[in-house]
Amino acid sequence: MPLFVDFVQEHAEADLVPWECQVEAARRYGLTIAETEEAILRLDLLPARYQRNRAMLTTAQQLRLFRSRVAVVGCGGLGGYVIEELARLGVGTIVAIDPDIFVEHNLNRQLYSSPRLLGASKVAAAAARVEEINPAVTLIPRQEMLTTATGRELLHGSQVAVDALDSIAARLELAEVCDAMGLPLVHGAIGGWYGQVFTQLPGQKTLQRLYADLRDGRGVEKQLGNPSFTPAVVASLEVAEVCKVLLALGTRLSSRKLTINLLDMETEEIAL
Amino acid sequence: MNITVKLFATFRAGRFDIESRTYAEGTTVGDVVRELNLSEKELGIMLVNSRHVKLDHRLEEGDTLSLFPLLGGG
Repeated sequence: MPLFVDFVQEHAEADLVPWECQVEAARRYGLTIAETEEAILRLDLLPARYQRNRAMLTTAQQLRLFRSRVAVVGCGGLGGYVIEELARLGVGTIVAIDPDIFVEHNLNRQLYSSPRLLGASKVAAAAARVEEINPAVTLIPRQEMLTTATGRELLHGSQVAVDALDSIAARLELAEVCDAMGLPLVHGAIGGWYGQVFTQLPGQKTLQRLYADLRDGRGVEKQLGNPSFTPAVVASLEVAEVCKVLLALGTRLSSRKLTINLLDMETEEIAL
Repeated sequence: MNITVKLFATFRAGRFDIESRTYAEGTTVGDVVRELNLSEKELGIMLVNSRHVKLDHRLEEGDTLSLFPLLGGG
């Protein structure tokens, strides 16, 4: 039997490795799809599914994404889109954290909800979806709430946490855990036509400063609910921030908050 | 004194986006919030000339006050 490297190089088209070759290599050499993906990237070859990433990201950066672990805290409106985009981007390990099951009022916006899955666990649905769209990605489902008591264990090993929660109090707990662990936190929140995003680096305590007195506040979403498009917009901005944090690229939204008004199509930047 | 008041998101409904308004000396951010009938529970960020302030902040001639509602959904 040829060596792994020879088998893969023989079937690569230039430096692109087709999916069927990746699957066959995994079978022949007794590897998982994820192990095969890492081995291909280490040879400076690119799984062909990522070929439209390549003008933006080098193969070395694709390998860095694959070796990354991102915790998505909350798997509802924001979290579903965040997980989908992280998996397609090629982030190797995603920890999905949410205690909830799908209920009917989720169906207008939550990407992984469907009538068939009413009553099913949100994180289990996320795991099934990721297995379907990118089997090289490992999704670790954690059907529980992140608190200051459980947070350290849930976030252990992650390089960044994504705030896709739906309450101020829960966000403050997440922010506290991230700060104690020295983890960057990408924050997103939505309500009706409106959204906001920023990235909080360890020590900045942005969420704590902004929200400390607002623990019992009443967000816009309580009055307006959330439509299908606002979570998709804000989740996408969050994933762009995660990508840049993981690869140390571009200019992050830290020390400033982007607010988005989709009703009037206005954005506003607020210094933090 | 003249204060430019900018309202964002839901605070605009039935009110205005931006308006130059006249207030008595010593008026605080909280006074404006109450005058405009905004719910304090729904208040998120308050800025005066782009600096973060609290309700007891005293306004001065020519200030720009920006009021954003709280967003908490996900």
